Amino acid sequence: MLKPHVFSLLLMAGLCSSSPTQADPPTTASMLANACAACHGLNGSSQGPATPSIAGISAVYFIDAMTAFQEDERPATVMNRIAKGYSEEQIELMAEYFSQQPMIRTDQPFDPELARKGDALHQNNCEKCHENGGRASDDDAGILAGQKIPYLRYTLDDILNGKREVSVKMANKLKTIHKSMGQDGIEQLLNYYASQK
Amino acid sequence: MHTTRRNFLKISLATTVSATAAISPAIRAATTRHVIVIGGGIGGSTAAKYLRLMDDRIKVTVIEPKSHYTTCFMSNEFLGGERDFKSLQFSYAGLARHGVDLIQDRVTAIDADKQQVKTAGGQTLHYDRCIVSPGIDFRWEAIEGHSAELAERIPHSYQAGPQTLTLKKQLEAMPDGGTVIIAPPANPFRCPPAPYERTSQIAHYLKTHKPKSKILVLDDKPNFSKQKLFEAGWKRHYGYGSSNSMIEWISVDNGGHIESIDPKTNTVSAQADDFKADVINLIPPQKAGRLAFQAGLTDTSGWCPVDHQTFESRIHKNIHVIGDSAIAAPLPKSGYAANSAAKVCAAAIVSLFNDTDIIHPSLINTCYSLIAPNDAISVAMVYGFEKGKIIKMKGAGGLTPEDASDQMRAREAAYAHSWFNNMTHDIFG
Repeated sequence: MLKPHVFSLLLMAGLCSSSPTQADPPTTASMLANACAACHGLNGSSQGPATPSIAGISAVYFIDAMTAFQEDERPATVMNRIAKGYSEEQIELMAEYFSQQPMIRTDQPFDPELARKGDALHQNNCEKCHENGGRASDDDAGILAGQKIPYLRYTLDDILNGKREVSVKMANKLKTIHKSMGQDGIEQLLNYYASQK
Repeated sequence: MHTTRRNFLKISLATTVSATAAISPAIRAATTRHVIVIGGGIGGSTAAKYLRLMDDRIKVTVIEPKSHYTTCFMSNEFLGGERDFKSLQFSYAGLARHGVDLIQDRVTAIDADKQQVKTAGGQTLHYDRCIVSPGIDFRWEAIEGHSAELAERIPHSYQAGPQTLTLKKQLEAMPDGGTVIIAPPANPFRCPPAPYERTSQIAHYLKTHKPKSKILVLDDKPNFSKQKLFEAGWKRHYGYGSSNSMIEWISVDNGGHIESIDPKTNTVSAQADDFKADVINLIPPQKAGRLAFQAGLTDTSGWCPVDHQTFESRIHKNIHVIGDSAIAAPLPKSGYAANSAAKVCAAAIVSLFNDTDIIHPSLINTCYSLIAPNDAISVAMVYGFEKGKIIKMKGAGGLTPEDASDQMRAREAAYAHSWFNNMTHDIFG
């Protein structure tokens, strides 16, 4: 699954592994991650309703997201302003930290009928990359199962409107669903992911 | 090709992580260390919980007179009529689940030499390190005729609880066409955007229930936090700037400074004029919490000087001061900052107990303000540490863009509610 920014972040990682940046004093992954908890939940599992859980996402996914925020390439409330406060090295520390945390899913309301229809949509369109009902973060896929509905709705809306860059394949799948089913199809997917414990 | 690159990245990350593991505390204290946390607010409760999470061999005792905490954040949304009061209240059951001992009592004295805390209930407790998080107190003497007693009737509602309810009842009792005075204090004070979020939320309540009413903001400052964004929001929702504006703001330069208050006539005497109102929300100028003064932790500014890496008092050893009372600028006096600083303080205490290097602080402040339902704005900053001081990270932080769309400000409102849920869970959960 080809993601934007991967090339630039690999360059960054290469630069960082050679020498620590002098301007950034030493700190630890947990020190950095603790400051995120008041919005993203303890160890990255969010209480919602909107802020996403970041526990368990792959390091590459995390770095990709932070880089996009730093470059104002992804819609955000505060994350684009916050991401700019961290060095590449610090982002790597956080990326590895959160990738090792289990995502704890908290209950959220969903419509069972929509979720049932969304299950079929997911299996036919998304499961190949977002494996195990959207639980897996393998191959740097975003975790969808148990994410909060408002967050996923914003995200899919941004993708459909070309505001958030994803793989061409994913954008096309989503556009096809939206074209044939309208917002109903999107809501079915959202309710399916919300139903996943 | 991509797989190769990804593997390379994973290797480089793995290297970084093992480096981190090597500096995590390895040496453990032979005996149990005791940390007494005074004050079960945002700073104190966060520090207590995180000390236990970071090292469960540490005995942690929180001393707090109240049975539960009422958050200031989102209390304005309650005043606006869009939130239940109970949703602001949190018990200490969560802290107990993390193995924190709770004593419901009031601290009367701290003996820094003997490392002892005395309580009104007659207990004397020994600590290895003490964390003081006493919040704010008010400079009543700055406003002639004002006092703590009078504030029960003319509430500041700046320590959420009974006064929040008083203000709400007064708003509900006032007639349509009445006047509300909101008087924000001079700097420095707790949560700089809060009086203006309150103005917005009270305006929302009045617009819904008493649309002929007015809000007069008598400010002790020439400008305020997120000012352009607030004023644009007031224009969007409350006619600000028009002849029919619900809100009028009088800066200190235009005579907004309040000199005295007359409770008999419900009149404040400002430099500009005398103003009579149906409801007066007078927020007095502030200083560190009562206990900080009692324990001799304040300097001539009325706030507590601390080491920016450990939050240890610069006056008394083994006592740390966090939250609004501490002088940690550029870190603001805000809930998020208190939560973030509490974790830095907890990590430093663990390092001090284990005689390991103190980790360089990294902090965040994020603050959302609700202008109306589905319309919020924010300010954020990342803080690092350089040459012994907390610093703002260059290029980071800032405000909601002035040209943010309605859709993005609606998202900010949803994220504000997430902030509240995660924040309170991080502290009390």
